[in-house]
Amino acid sequence: MYSTVLSATIHGLEVQCIHVEADVSNGLPLFHMVGYLSSEVKEAGERVKTAIHNSGFLLPPKKIVVNLSPADVRKRGSAFDLPIAVSVLASLGYVSTKKLKDMLFVGELGLDGKIHKVTGILPIIIEAKQQGYKGCIVPKGNVLEGSIIEGIRIYGVKTLKETVAYLNDEIELVDEKKISLKKEVKIEGDFSEIHGQEMLKRATEIAVAGNHNLLLIGPAGVGKTMIASRIPTICPPMTEEECIEVTKIYSILGMIDEENPIIRNRPFRSPHHTSTKASLIGGGSIAMPGEISMANHGVLFLDELAQFQKPVLDALRQPMEERVVRLSRKSGVYVFPSNFMLVGSCNPCPCGNYPDLNKCTCTPAQIQQYYNHLSQPFLDRFDLSIELAKVQYSDLEGANKGETSEIIRKRVCKARTRQYERYGEIKANAELSSVEVEKYCVLGKKEKKFMGQIFEQMELTARTYHKLLKVARTIADLAEEETIQLCHLREAIGYRMFEKRR
Amino acid sequence: MENEKFEYWFANIKGITARRKKELREKITSIKEFYYMNKNERKKYIGEEIENCLRRSIENWEIEEQYVLLKEKNVQFIPFFHPEYPSMLNDLENPPYAIYVKGKPIRKDTLKVAIVGARKCSPYGESMAIQFSERLAENGIDIISGMARGVDGAGQRGALNVDGCSYGVLGCGVDICYPREHIGLYEDLQKKGGILSEQPIGMAPLARNFPARNRIISALADVIIVIEAKEKSGSLITADIALEMGKDVYALPGPVNSELSKGCNLLIRQGAGILLSPQDLLDELRISTKEDVKKKLKSKISLETEENMVYSCLDLYPKNVNQLTIETKMEIPQLINQLVSLEMQGYIREISKNYYVKSN
Repeated sequence: MYSTVLSATIHGLEVQCIHVEADVSNGLPLFHMVGYLSSEVKEAGERVKTAIHNSGFLLPPKKIVVNLSPADVRKRGSAFDLPIAVSVLASLGYVSTKKLKDMLFVGELGLDGKIHKVTGILPIIIEAKQQGYKGCIVPKGNVLEGSIIEGIRIYGVKTLKETVAYLNDEIELVDEKKISLKKEVKIEGDFSEIHGQEMLKRATEIAVAGNHNLLLIGPAGVGKTMIASRIPTICPPMTEEECIEVTKIYSILGMIDEENPIIRNRPFRSPHHTSTKASLIGGGSIAMPGEISMANHGVLFLDELAQFQKPVLDALRQPMEERVVRLSRKSGVYVFPSNFMLVGSCNPCPCGNYPDLNKCTCTPAQIQQYYNHLSQPFLDRFDLSIELAKVQYSDLEGANKGETSEIIRKRVCKARTRQYERYGEIKANAELSSVEVEKYCVLGKKEKKFMGQIFEQMELTARTYHKLLKVARTIADLAEEETIQLCHLREAIGYRMFEKRR
Repeated sequence: MENEKFEYWFANIKGITARRKKELREKITSIKEFYYMNKNERKKYIGEEIENCLRRSIENWEIEEQYVLLKEKNVQFIPFFHPEYPSMLNDLENPPYAIYVKGKPIRKDTLKVAIVGARKCSPYGESMAIQFSERLAENGIDIISGMARGVDGAGQRGALNVDGCSYGVLGCGVDICYPREHIGLYEDLQKKGGILSEQPIGMAPLARNFPARNRIISALADVIIVIEAKEKSGSLITADIALEMGKDVYALPGPVNSELSKGCNLLIRQGAGILLSPQDLLDELRISTKEDVKKKLKSKISLETEENMVYSCLDLYPKNVNQLTIETKMEIPQLINQLVSLEMQGYIREISKNYYVKSN
């Protein structure tokens, strides 16, 4: 007898629906699986046979053939165990085919018939909904994650036996309640914990308000890492679409917390400086998302920027500009989102004390060499850059407490709302193209003259000029001004990227 | 002319000290004959050891080729008996046997001041070096220095700025520009002054050559000014040698807590002259000058009140924006506005990101 069950596989971020067909016929006893399978899917045969046996079903000595179609798509992962088992049981007549039609199955089987959780549930369920399926049967451990999506029923199952019982109408399963995306989780840390460093706080606020990249230069212990880790506390909350997009990536990577599957706060990723190119931008013969995609809609913090390998940093250039990363592999082109805010930090020189010449022990050549790790085109991609000085004791012990994250966040949200309204979509100033810059960053006569002067005097390039305008636009947004004024431009110049050649 | 290539060969014999070479050269009547003499004839001039050096050098030294190379590189070869050999070098304990010059030879009739100091100097040192050398060069004084990074280079650049004359004394061959980034200065010095060294052409800038270079600076200059120097520094070697030779040494005072001024302040404690302005030195040297009225006017800056407030907080030691907010009690956006405006007008400089100093 022939039967077919639906499942899905993930290819990059794309989901492809797979039909799992099984056929039982007379002949020599055989369990054969075909359909361009990777080794972990081939192994599913043994798991399925044993799990079926251990769940109390008899596997007759017949010829059983399982096909996963379409046959030209590579099938990967352990999520096919459950659909294969169900399909085989259906073809043996243990399961009624009534419910199989509009149902999608994913899950990994243990030898005892237990169903273990798998990765990538969220994108599969989104696809299933789009394809018009009525329900999904997923492992119990994945059920919370799956229940983010509305308009499709999600059933969590613990064992193969339970699944069969449900399909045969022997028991009822309750579909999981939808969880709201709105709820927010408190983030550790607050801006008011940072004493002094007013300029750092101001620059960070501007950077977050316009989603600009930020470079922090300063000696050790001035609060670079401290402020970077607090950036999420002043970021505007993510929209529902953004939440789902972020959670999708974490789902594929299997980094979802079972109890708390939705990522509601903007991600903050800080990979170590020994990270490789593949771990940052994504890699593998079947490409998986890297750190930059995990930081999508959030912050990518690269501490000790100058310690990173130069090729690794230069690989970031294109994704930073385009906000997506395209990885070409033999198996196809993988496109991952990479709309992140890059925060870099480095010391001003190898010993970290420059320009305090009393303490700095580096030679000019050493400093030069240190910065050689950072190519100028890479540095030019930072919209804001500031250098910090050592904190004074009076700052540390000072009575004046800084603003709390909540206050700053309100201002940032206001500025973001202005931007979204102006552009008519979820788009921050930093994401403007050069054409859009010309359209939205209009200057008055006085300002134009000033910028002309600056362009000459500071030897700007077209890119740095546009960056300046974008930052000035954000400063104006924070000040709730319609037009960019001279004082906004001047402040933006104060945060411009430094020139290596000096 | 014909003899010069033999002289050049003689100067480049390895393994003989400058003093021995000089004694030997004074005994020889014709250098060309000496070159072609056989071993026995040479015996009355030299011993076995030096004979070996000589033989090796005759074998290895391509006399024609090397001379052509010297001329191609446009280098003047000036041995100790040459009329253009700077006579003040003879005051040294071991004067160089010969010097190599690119550009103009050393003028003997002018006053020479050496401006030396740290390679890694502060903006204070750099701008002071320029200020001093400009004023001195305007009054016809030649500036001597080592063309190094920092104070040395700044001092020489200052002299060239006002069309003065400056000599760079190198620790490598004169055909090598060290440090490389001073290639512009290296070219300009050849036009408006000279570059000299006792090292043969092609010699690399080895560390051991530099103390020897410093002694030549001391010998050539009539007065030494130390702008900024750490406690252990080559500039202090220069000053010590100059003191031994009985020359005047001046030091520019600096903050007592600054590492970079420690050397200068120590020199002052030991009795070096204190320089508070270029005029001090000009007075001391009895050079009468007319105060440049135009310059005085230029230094009077008309600024708006807020700009003035920021400007007055700055000096020649770099200050970070955070420090300035505390001093001026201004808000960050406002402060950056003033700083950028001042920078645009050229009153201040951003020496490192967000660190500002007054410009000259």
